[in-house]
Amino acid sequence: MATTPRAAATTTPATNVKNRPSIQGRADARLGLTLALPAIIVILLVAFFPLLGTINDSMHKISLRFADQPRPFIGLQNYADVVRDDRWQNSVRVTFTIVLVSVFTELVLGMIIALVINRAFKGRGIVRAAVLVPWALTTVVSAKMWQWIYDARWGVMNDVLMRLHIIDKPIIFLARPEVTIWAVIGAEIWKTTPFMALLLLAGLQLIPADIYEAAAIDGSTGWSNFWRITLPMLKPSVLVALLFRTIDAVRIFDLPRVLTNGGPGQSTETLVLYAYNTLFTSLNFGYGSTLAMSTFLIVVLISFVYIKVLGAPTQGGKR
Amino acid sequence: MESSAKIDIPGNARTRDAAKDKMLAARGAKSKVPGQIALYAFITVFVFFCLAPFVWTFLTSLKGQNDLYAVPIQYLPASATFASYNQIFHIERFTRSLLNSAIVAGSATAFSLVIGAFCAYAIARLNFPGKNILLALVLGIAMFPGIAIIGPLYRNFQDVPLTHWNLTNNYLALILPNVTFTLPICIWTLTAFFSDLPMELEESARVDGCTRMQTFFKIVTPLAAPGVFTAAILLFIQAWNEFLFARTFMSQPDRLTATVAIAQFEGADAASAYPWGQITAASVIVTLPLVFLVLAFQRRIISGLTAGAVKG
Repeated sequence: MATTPRAAATTTPATNVKNRPSIQGRADARLGLTLALPAIIVILLVAFFPLLGTINDSMHKISLRFADQPRPFIGLQNYADVVRDDRWQNSVRVTFTIVLVSVFTELVLGMIIALVINRAFKGRGIVRAAVLVPWALTTVVSAKMWQWIYDARWGVMNDVLMRLHIIDKPIIFLARPEVTIWAVIGAEIWKTTPFMALLLLAGLQLIPADIYEAAAIDGSTGWSNFWRITLPMLKPSVLVALLFRTIDAVRIFDLPRVLTNGGPGQSTETLVLYAYNTLFTSLNFGYGSTLAMSTFLIVVLISFVYIKVLGAPTQGGKR
Repeated sequence: MESSAKIDIPGNARTRDAAKDKMLAARGAKSKVPGQIALYAFITVFVFFCLAPFVWTFLTSLKGQNDLYAVPIQYLPASATFASYNQIFHIERFTRSLLNSAIVAGSATAFSLVIGAFCAYAIARLNFPGKNILLALVLGIAMFPGIAIIGPLYRNFQDVPLTHWNLTNNYLALILPNVTFTLPICIWTLTAFFSDLPMELEESARVDGCTRMQTFFKIVTPLAAPGVFTAAILLFIQAWNEFLFARTFMSQPDRLTATVAIAQFEGADAASAYPWGQITAASVIVTLPLVFLVLAFQRRIISGLTAGAVKG
């Protein structure tokens, strides 16, 4: 959005005396900074400085288990250990399995849903409200709900699957490593597909209808419309939605913490969960900080790649 | 680009929907009935997909002990009972956690709105050096993993530098991170809203001799009330749902937030080893404020979410 030209236009109306713009401009600049200052201070105090603290901790050996232990500086030793750590590699595998499968599925499902909702039908309000329920629901509550749904004895999931003759004996969803990760992914997809659908729907509504009318005159319909008009026009929305959902999925913590606590074994232990346990269960603040930094660096890397693809830095998607 | 970036004021959206209905109805006059049936079938499946887990939770919460653990499972409670609700409201840890969540989410929303509104107005209307750095900073916070700052925050809250306050188990320890992490949505929603307000009003106010700040408080703020309200809903939901910090910075039983209380739920008494009746009842209670917000303000929520996130 063209905020800059707009603001400039107000400070230089045609009737201005010669030196007015610069005075006005300087006053605006001072006021602008003053107004933004509280937000900047909060961000610096609560996010930026603590981040520096984590970077510092990650280069020390710190255990909070005993009060007066020495906390020697060990440089990048923790980082070298993290890379060779089997448990870290496992958590990266788990995290990226969840990220790739869930974000891809959400994109496809979300696209179908957005295309359908974008059509006219009675009861659109109900659908809108229904879409928002999984989105608004607390992740912890959703994790508890799914824990009950997946329950081996009284879970409704097994009952439905058996009634439909898809399986003939109950699956113990939350106790078999090869199954549990899919249970986590299923709950994640349920919770976040609606958000994806909403973002794509907003993108769809920005596509002017006359493009389709023009295409119709040229004899283009259905699938060819989708591939040649909808998808290319939707590309910015898709990329923004993918960026936010990917980053969100990389940071996944609440769901596996409550649904499986990383188990069975470490089969659903994500990056953040491993870092959290190292920090607050093992109280190993040096190594835990390094694990946290690994999450941070992965997030930075992914957003860097996306923003390169997006072309310009986004202001939350606005360009 | 500029022209399509309109904020969804409820009335506006409704007329737009109606217009679209008419247009599509005209276009679809020749469309076939099977298509319509398929469409409604799809929509039914989708709504079911969205609501089923919550409906199942609600049904479970109404069951007595016998229905709850019947094999094969019973879909509808033989006789609906509010016993589980009655029990959880006698667990002080839980009722207290609802109050804590309300205090934390409410205060965080208020602080974030004040700080965010000033910042958003500056971004929307004023030219100042470092604006792009600020925007990058805000985007950065939106993608920031909380785990990357939780260690130093935890240690600093135990012994705040210079003052030696101990903020552990203090509401401030949760309000501060919640304010920080709700700021991006707040700033984006409000910037979009401020940018769409007509410039002329502010200009004429200033021609009449108002200063920038007077213009902001007397002209912009009242006009922006719907935008502020939309932002408030989004921020409240986000803060109400926060778990990572709440679990770490609060350890006293009377300081837990609702998310933490649910995650650690144990039955009212040791005898109920599987207190699923109570867990589902508590889940419903914690979700109710959110479901109410969603039902009452769905248009605002959707427009707010998408205003911040996607605008070509």
